[in-house]
Amino acid sequence: MKIKKLGLVAVALAAASALALSGCATDSGSGDGSTTGSTGSSTAIITTNGSEPQNPLLPANTTETGGGKITTSIFAGLVSYTADGAIENEVAKSIESDDATNWTVTLNDGWKFTNGEPVDAASFVDAWKYAALFSNAQSASYFFDNIVGFSYDADTELTGLKIVDDKTFTVELAAPEADWPLRLGYTAYMPIPKAGLADMEAFGQNPIGNGPYKLASDKAWVHEEKIDLITNPDYKGVRTPANGGLTIIFYPTLEAAYADAQGGNLDVLDGVPDSAFQTFETDFPERNANQAAAIFQAFNIPEYIAHFSGEEGQLRRHAISMSINRDEITDVIFQGTRTPATDYTSPVINGWTDKLKGADVLAYNPEEAKKVWAEADKISPFEGEFTIAYNSDGGHQAWVEAVTNSIANTLGITAAGKPYPTFAAMLDDRKNQTLTGGVRAGWQGDYPSMYNFLAPLYQTGAGSNYEGYTSPEFDGLLKEGSNAKTIEDATAKYQAAQEVLLSDLATVPLWYSNVVGVWSDQVDNVVFGWDSVPLYSQITKK
Amino acid sequence: MLWYTGRRILQMIPVFFGATFLIYFMVFSLPGDPIAALYGDRPPAPGVIEQVRAQYNLDKPFIVQYLLYIGGLFQGDFGTTYSGRPVSDVMAQAFPITLRLATLALFFEAVFGIIVGLVAGLRKGKWFDASALVVSLLLISVPTFVIGFVLQFVFGIQLGWARTTVSSAAPYSELVLPAIVLASVSFAYIVRLTRASVADNLNADFVRTATAKGLSRRRVVSVHVLRNSLVPVVTFLGVDLGALMVGAIVTEGIFNINGVGGTVYRAVILGEGPTVVSFVAIMVIIFVVANLLVDLLYALLDPRIRYAK
Repeated sequence: MKIKKLGLVAVALAAASALALSGCATDSGSGDGSTTGSTGSSTAIITTNGSEPQNPLLPANTTETGGGKITTSIFAGLVSYTADGAIENEVAKSIESDDATNWTVTLNDGWKFTNGEPVDAASFVDAWKYAALFSNAQSASYFFDNIVGFSYDADTELTGLKIVDDKTFTVELAAPEADWPLRLGYTAYMPIPKAGLADMEAFGQNPIGNGPYKLASDKAWVHEEKIDLITNPDYKGVRTPANGGLTIIFYPTLEAAYADAQGGNLDVLDGVPDSAFQTFETDFPERNANQAAAIFQAFNIPEYIAHFSGEEGQLRRHAISMSINRDEITDVIFQGTRTPATDYTSPVINGWTDKLKGADVLAYNPEEAKKVWAEADKISPFEGEFTIAYNSDGGHQAWVEAVTNSIANTLGITAAGKPYPTFAAMLDDRKNQTLTGGVRAGWQGDYPSMYNFLAPLYQTGAGSNYEGYTSPEFDGLLKEGSNAKTIEDATAKYQAAQEVLLSDLATVPLWYSNVVGVWSDQVDNVVFGWDSVPLYSQITKK
Repeated sequence: MLWYTGRRILQMIPVFFGATFLIYFMVFSLPGDPIAALYGDRPPAPGVIEQVRAQYNLDKPFIVQYLLYIGGLFQGDFGTTYSGRPVSDVMAQAFPITLRLATLALFFEAVFGIIVGLVAGLRKGKWFDASALVVSLLLISVPTFVIGFVLQFVFGIQLGWARTTVSSAAPYSELVLPAIVLASVSFAYIVRLTRASVADNLNADFVRTATAKGLSRRRVVSVHVLRNSLVPVVTFLGVDLGALMVGAIVTEGIFNINGVGGTVYRAVILGEGPTVVSFVAIMVIIFVVANLLVDLLYALLDPRIRYAK
């Protein structure tokens, strides 16, 4: 019967209007301004941009960035990430294993949730069991698929998790994984208090965490508008806030957020609209960042497209890749806010390299491209048009046109973008394998590990491997890498696996997205993390 | 008159069901699986999508989905968005803001549009008329988002007279600038409509008669010319109220206003049937009521128009 409320609101409007019109413009969003000294205020509220979380704020059901930046602020997991993607212990005292399969996690003393409950072994084990259970339908449930007892299609218990005592639990993995602790700063692995597990619906609207921040009140999340976070006095970890809290304002477009930053209504903005690529450095002198982020962008050419299978297909893929002038496109279209790709990961990931065997296909080489294309034509002449599909609601048109122009001009064929109105429409053709050409693809790392950039996208049958790429050689190397006992061995295998990808070129790497951010002259110490999110706890207000 | 009004209100029922059914069918027919698209490049485990689809009845045939939705409607349940929020909450949040914005815009375009149009019509061919025509032509030809960005830049960022975007409370004082942007195009039409109408009526027989009777110029203009000239303008305003509520997408985006336009746009992109249909249903009601008011106003403005029975 909410409709009655609507009617009441409408009736009340007439009265309210007179009051509001005569009242003065109140400036509600600009912090408390309690101090003006140069040392910075430890109570000031930092305002920053965000977007409405797609789901209730359950840690394992938050896989998009809008909700992600909130959950990482209000929860503390076993570890957290430094700016360059290394892990630091938070609730964990130690995470140890002799064989990379059986792990023992010991927790620090004295941690508690904001409702007073202690953070103990059960807080993690119960939360992970909840997240992994099939019928709970958590979007990040697959993050637990390497723990013994996991099932993709039935309710089973994670028998690999065992509570030893209040401060200790053990994890048995289905297969060894040397860099398993690297995952544990991801939101899916956050602890949940008993009160939360008892009523997940209420918890999702008003989560009880143990992180550096907490919700300012039970009405702090104003849907589609903002969320107010304040510091959590009980927080014991490495991210102790140097400010009094965060107000994350949800913007549907970066344009509006950028205007607010220019107008002094927003302290920190972790993106810049295309229209400001050229001006953000002069609009925010000395107060901007432009650095590579954990975002990989590419386009896929499915095997099932005519002329793109077998030896002919491989030649054509190489020719197409070499006919793209990545340096020029990142410079002209993106004004230097993208970094041309040299592998399948990202420069912020440990193990990234520009020395892979076969990486020369990523360099612009029109002569070689023409030669290779002609060789393919000898096998079977190419007719028709080469297209790259993209969803036109995502701002991809400019670069798709630039890339297809580059291909057309170099190879002397017709090439064009193929727009789909929405991502959903494009996804249908990808899943049904009814594309008629290439298709744009992208990946943002969940946690700073090479494995996370390779397995979900190119492994046979993997969740995001929509175009159905399959290579036994790649699968084998990936498995060897994840089973390696040391991270060094793993890295070598993952790099070898990428050389297979470069040779097959089912996915043509384009560039890494940069995180481009600006901030007002009211704040200091703005540093962007490996995941493109500012390290909010370090930001100080003047 | 009462009979006429009652009949018009009864007409709303088939209009309501017809519109909701059509809209629901159109959203249902959008290509692609909305739940799969929610997760983007990062799909959840197989099985999770099916469970979520079942949760929103998306696994059922169209007619069942629609009937379930209508059934819920009669129990006061407008359904939920794919993020799990009750649609009624979303409406209670979005409609008051947009209604405030649209009312303010309607106020601006009606008051200033009619005044400028009246003066221009009375002084046809003079400098005021000429400049009014040029300005209205400019407003019609420049896209709304250009006007929006320019005003935001000048008054928000450069001069600092207004907030660059509207805060979440969205009081009238902050909505003035977006309302002016929103009103700009319709303002231009109203100026032209009023001007032409006034210029026309000035030469009409009844005005000549009124003047010949010795009525003051003021009375002739306000009662005889303006009143008769307002019939087409009021028609336009009635239709425009609906247009303002939907057409605010651009303006709401620029000023980060969380209103009806943007919500419906997002819901269409996401394929959220219940959200789109619930919003559209309310819009249909607003449209129909606005048109009814316009028709009733006719009778007041022009005594020759009376509704029989």
